[in-house]
Amino acid sequence: MSDTIVTLPDQSTARIPKMNYLTKENGLLSWLLTGDHKRIAILYLISISFFFFVGGSLAGLIRLELLTPQSDLMATDTYNKVFSMHGIIMVFFFLVPSVPATIGNFIIPMMIGAKDLALPKVNLLSWYLYVAAGILALYTMASGGVDTGWTFTTPLSTHYVNTHVLTTGMAVFIAGFSSIFTGLNFIVTIHKMRAPGMTWFRLPLFVWAHYAASILMVLGTPVLAIAIVLMALERTVGIGVFDPTKGGDPLLFQHLFWFYSHPAVYIMILPGMGVISEVISTFSRKRVFGYTAVAFSSVAIAVFGFFVWAHHMFIMGISNYAVLIFSLLTMLVAVPSAIKIFNWAFTLYKGSITFETPMLYAFGFMGLFTIGGMTGVFLGASGTDIHLTETYFIVAHFHFVMVGGMLMAFLSGIHFWWPKMTGRMYPEKISQLAAVVTFIGFNLTFFPQFILGTLGMPRRYASYPPEFQILNVFSTAGASVLGVGYLLPVLYLTWSLKYGEIAGNNPWQATGLEWQVQSPPLTENFPEIPIVDHEAYDYEWLERQKEKEVASVG
Amino acid sequence: MSDSTAIAHGTAEAHHEHPPYQRHHFETIAQQNDATNFAMWLFLLTEIMFFGGLFTAYLIYRNWYYPAFVQGSHQLQIGWGTANTAVLITSSFTMAMGVWSAEMRKKGALVLCLVLTFTLGLVFLGIKTIEYSEKIEKHHVPGFHYSVQSFVDPASDPEVYNEYHDKPLALDMARHTELYFFLYFAMTGMHALHMIIGIAILGFMIFRARAGAYTTGHVTFVENFGLYWHFVDIVWIFLFPLLYLINRHPLAH
Repeated sequence: MSDTIVTLPDQSTARIPKMNYLTKENGLLSWLLTGDHKRIAILYLISISFFFFVGGSLAGLIRLELLTPQSDLMATDTYNKVFSMHGIIMVFFFLVPSVPATIGNFIIPMMIGAKDLALPKVNLLSWYLYVAAGILALYTMASGGVDTGWTFTTPLSTHYVNTHVLTTGMAVFIAGFSSIFTGLNFIVTIHKMRAPGMTWFRLPLFVWAHYAASILMVLGTPVLAIAIVLMALERTVGIGVFDPTKGGDPLLFQHLFWFYSHPAVYIMILPGMGVISEVISTFSRKRVFGYTAVAFSSVAIAVFGFFVWAHHMFIMGISNYAVLIFSLLTMLVAVPSAIKIFNWAFTLYKGSITFETPMLYAFGFMGLFTIGGMTGVFLGASGTDIHLTETYFIVAHFHFVMVGGMLMAFLSGIHFWWPKMTGRMYPEKISQLAAVVTFIGFNLTFFPQFILGTLGMPRRYASYPPEFQILNVFSTAGASVLGVGYLLPVLYLTWSLKYGEIAGNNPWQATGLEWQVQSPPLTENFPEIPIVDHEAYDYEWLERQKEKEVASVG
Repeated sequence: MSDSTAIAHGTAEAHHEHPPYQRHHFETIAQQNDATNFAMWLFLLTEIMFFGGLFTAYLIYRNWYYPAFVQGSHQLQIGWGTANTAVLITSSFTMAMGVWSAEMRKKGALVLCLVLTFTLGLVFLGIKTIEYSEKIEKHHVPGFHYSVQSFVDPASDPEVYNEYHDKPLALDMARHTELYFFLYFAMTGMHALHMIIGIAILGFMIFRARAGAYTTGHVTFVENFGLYWHFVDIVWIFLFPLLYLINRHPLAH
């Protein structure tokens, strides 16, 4: 058994195809006015990477401050602003658009055999909205920032703080519309643009996951928009809707906000799960075990995801019956998530597993997401939640899901589709090293925070009792390792753009339609629209295709 | 072999000849129309969710502060509200006729229908302005020198008092009328904003329709705008009973 499935063309003769989406037109304007989903994906990739490093630097500042028990690196209110901006940038400007707007944008039309997304102009508009919102957020940060936390909690945000709540709220509002347009475009495309023969149950699971996430974007984000509008009106005009002295109720804001922001968690994680399905199948050379179950579990997560929001409010004075019901519903969401993890595990069983970089990241995802998900059940149980909420346990939990889960999935996807996007391979050994460094750094950073939380260290404070220092030092040390793990891909992926080996059409021997065309693809993706006559992940079909190719050349 | 492929290729070429309004990434014009129509319906779904937040707030606060919401509702002029409902329904009719004219390729009728819809939209906003200015005069705009005078002492507002004979509210309940008026302004204001956007697009469409843009068989834009206009209409169909009519004959005290 070989330890790799990578097949690259003969490097002495291989060339990048002269005609492709990158060389079709030149000049800045051809990018800024493009309707090509692949170019928009690249624009998105550049912008979200930038925001990731802005958010990451803020995280670095937080960890540096927490190295010592006293508040010494920055003033306490500066610390509040730093963690608020870290949250806002990472959630709205990195995690929500991360996989859908980059990889999804690039790959979904190719996976379903279409020339583009259904609405190319709306797609470009969504990028411009994202950029406008991003600039507004950066302007806010430069002019003093905001210190409400990323949740804009009322009445803090409406009555007490004196920072830039309105401009930040506006930035989030605009970014929300960017995400609505992405989701809307995906749903229309998946319904109406599939190639002949591409039935719903022949779709790769990546597409199913994005379909489920898009439903959440389309239905949830408008509610966030109205919540922010009401918050802004309360702050400027004093309309009373969240003001108890006028009969309003701050809890209403929480309900509206979390009605979006809990499903938003699934907007962030579902596309990542889609990536993992593709990667696990490709590198164990097997059809995903229980295809239908995995497909429907995405939809189930989307549906259940809308009925669990109040578990963010167990200690905020909602009724005991509501706590009971939402606690139960929260546990139910764990079921479809577990279905996915078990099915991936069964896909690996007796597969021909190889350990390329995307697969290493995918393994990282499976382990870390499982821990993140199971600690979520602790928090869904109202008894333990009352003890653990607002402590570092929460911080560790959602970082395990969002960073350990989603970011690992994002990196896995970027490494998986990089040869398709650019036509070149990155250096194998150093990228495997980066995956391992990220995994170690991540665990060192966030595992101690579970212990800190259980011991009772509250979140969102710049200082803490000295007995917590040792674990915080571990965490800060881990964050430095993690930082290296994230910088490495930027370096070698950039390097590979010019010096990487030529990847050829299908370096991983994967089955998706996107792998059956040239890399980088043509602007119209397919010279002629393919007719699909096989199931997803059909490796025998792929073998037959290769035989045909050899026969026809011979 | 080469002959048969050439023929097949030839027919494929012929198949790819399509009208100028077909975007390159669609296989057929039917697929394009289908996709844009579907996208519009999805967009309207997001709009429903957007208004949904306000309807939720209305539902909760009405339940909590029933007397304040009753008396707040009595301040609205049912006459103007009814007139506006009629105006809006008529405009939906002219819009539907516009879509029909576009499909039938009747340019003159299309322009006429669009102009009528445009005018009726403006009439709606005009009536809304009259209603808003009355609220401003009575200090019923939340946040701007809001006054509870009409509710703690209903007799001081003879016009409304003679019709409904409301009992005075205690001060703390009377203050909750501010929430009613906020929701009134938020919901009708958001609706009016959608009307303004619609009217602006209508202006653009009239301009294009006169140049003959929508009467050559490609009516998707007019059709989708029609959907938007009907949606805005339907929102009003919910707002009118909820804000104006619901306490016309309140439960016996």
